[in-house]
Amino acid sequence: MEDFGSTALRRLLEVHGSSVRHTHANLGDATVVVDPTHIVEVLRFLRDDGELEFEMLMDVTAVDYVEEEPRFEVVYHLYSLARNHRVRVKARVPEASPVIDSAVDIWPSANWMEREVFDLYGVRFEGHPDLRRILLYDEFEGHPLRKDYPKERRQPLVGPRN
Amino acid sequence: MVEDIRLTQRRTDTTEDDSERDLHTEHQILNMGPSHPATHGTVKFLIELDGESIVDLDIQVGYLHRGFEKECESGTWYQAIPYTDRLNYNSAILANLGYCLAVEKLLDLETPERCQWLRVLGGELSRLGDHLTRCGAACLEMQAMTPFLYGIQARELCWDLQEELCGARVTSNYVRIGGVKHDLPPSFPALYRENAARIRTLLADFDDVVTSNRIFVDRVRGTGILSKEDCIRYSVTGPLLRAAGVPYDIRKAEPYLVYDQIDFDVPIGEVGDNYDRYLVCVEEMHQSLKIADQCVEKLEALGPGPVNVDDPRVRWPAKNRVFNRMEELIQQFKSVTEGPRVPAGEAYTAVESANGELGFYVVSDGSAVPYKVRCRPPSFINLQPMPKMVKGDLLADIIPTFDFINMIGGECDR
Repeated sequence: MEDFGSTALRRLLEVHGSSVRHTHANLGDATVVVDPTHIVEVLRFLRDDGELEFEMLMDVTAVDYVEEEPRFEVVYHLYSLARNHRVRVKARVPEASPVIDSAVDIWPSANWMEREVFDLYGVRFEGHPDLRRILLYDEFEGHPLRKDYPKERRQPLVGPRN
Repeated sequence: MVEDIRLTQRRTDTTEDDSERDLHTEHQILNMGPSHPATHGTVKFLIELDGESIVDLDIQVGYLHRGFEKECESGTWYQAIPYTDRLNYNSAILANLGYCLAVEKLLDLETPERCQWLRVLGGELSRLGDHLTRCGAACLEMQAMTPFLYGIQARELCWDLQEELCGARVTSNYVRIGGVKHDLPPSFPALYRENAARIRTLLADFDDVVTSNRIFVDRVRGTGILSKEDCIRYSVTGPLLRAAGVPYDIRKAEPYLVYDQIDFDVPIGEVGDNYDRYLVCVEEMHQSLKIADQCVEKLEALGPGPVNVDDPRVRWPAKNRVFNRMEELIQQFKSVTEGPRVPAGEAYTAVESANGELGFYVVSDGSAVPYKVRCRPPSFINLQPMPKMVKGDLLADIIPTFDFINMIGGECDR
């Protein structure tokens, strides 16, 4: 599996070297950190390239590195059915404007996954067709998976809706 | 009577005009759920209907959101394991396993062989229980009580085995970081053989009343279709993807534990409708039993051995030593109050759960508290393309489609 992963990283560096900031394969997980402004083209390349064929978007999530800048890291996990390998793509977005382009045009499955990241972390996905909260309710204040959201915090009561 | 005739007369006169004029019809919005007797999961459907046909569907999830990921970030690495039980409460051991494998990847631990066979055994019993619930409950929700009782009776036998193995029927909390809670009890193999034989009989009974039952087949064949291409575009995994004809099973694609030493097959379907999903699940139950048979045989052949990795970071000292010696007492105290420190880094592992790819993405900052625990919930992701599956179908087709997606609220909403 490491072999496939490093092939993917090499191929990506060849073609999109300017968008890639950093790569590693710690613990056998091929990982690439890219410039957030180029995230969509990198993901599209990973899906469409004949040597890579990452046709499934397995997961989208985010991590809040509260003391670092840029603060939020959006993490994509891709899998290739045809070649049975995986890659992790990451991009950092700053706290001041936590915005990244949406991958819904590449994979429709990104829709709910990105809504969840928006709901829990407050990262906005530009170009998402329906960016609403998904697990929490509309009146919820704040984004609970941010590290500065205290676990004990109470939310205001909301009445019934029609 | 005369009036009646006159009325009829008038109607026939205006028939042509009526057909010319557009009748006033409008789509109806129907709220289904969040607690509907024919769905076994807290989810709300907003259905737009044209007569009885589904025009559009909006799914609202989140009713069972408990903040799993937030909660994990405030305890030790051990303390997250019981929460994973409550993700997919039909197959708790598989969720325990996914989480522990991810943490073990960060710790770079290799578990003993006996432990790996025990984990496979526990996992397959979980999968069997999950598929029995899925197929049994699907029948119940399509008004068939008898197969449901067969399924639940078989699940009871399966849960008896889990109880024998872990001490709990549902929330097993069996898999630990670096091992399992305890070894197989000596009584297990005999009970397993007895129960497995009874489960096989019940599966045959289930098959007799369901698989070629006209009413059942009419309701599931050709409904809820999701093509191979759409499954891939929507990241669908598990029995849904296999029913569409893609033989992707992580146990075969990236064998973890000892799956590469086990003889089993991966069933696939053809068109990806609910009937294919049902047939795939039924065959997977037989395959799970086949795997469990091999595990029990192998565990008997292996003989006694360690079931936990001998690593000071995660090893718990033996109880008799804890009660009699200072060193072990201190170690036990520190294991409970502080827990292991996990090296900084990130890891993603995926296991084949009953619903599909159950992934855990864990991030550690080097402390004894997880920095981030992300669960990739197969139920959540498999539920997303449901509007695509049922658009154009009848309202009643929502029930079997939703049943065979097997959305589990605990896992979907976390």
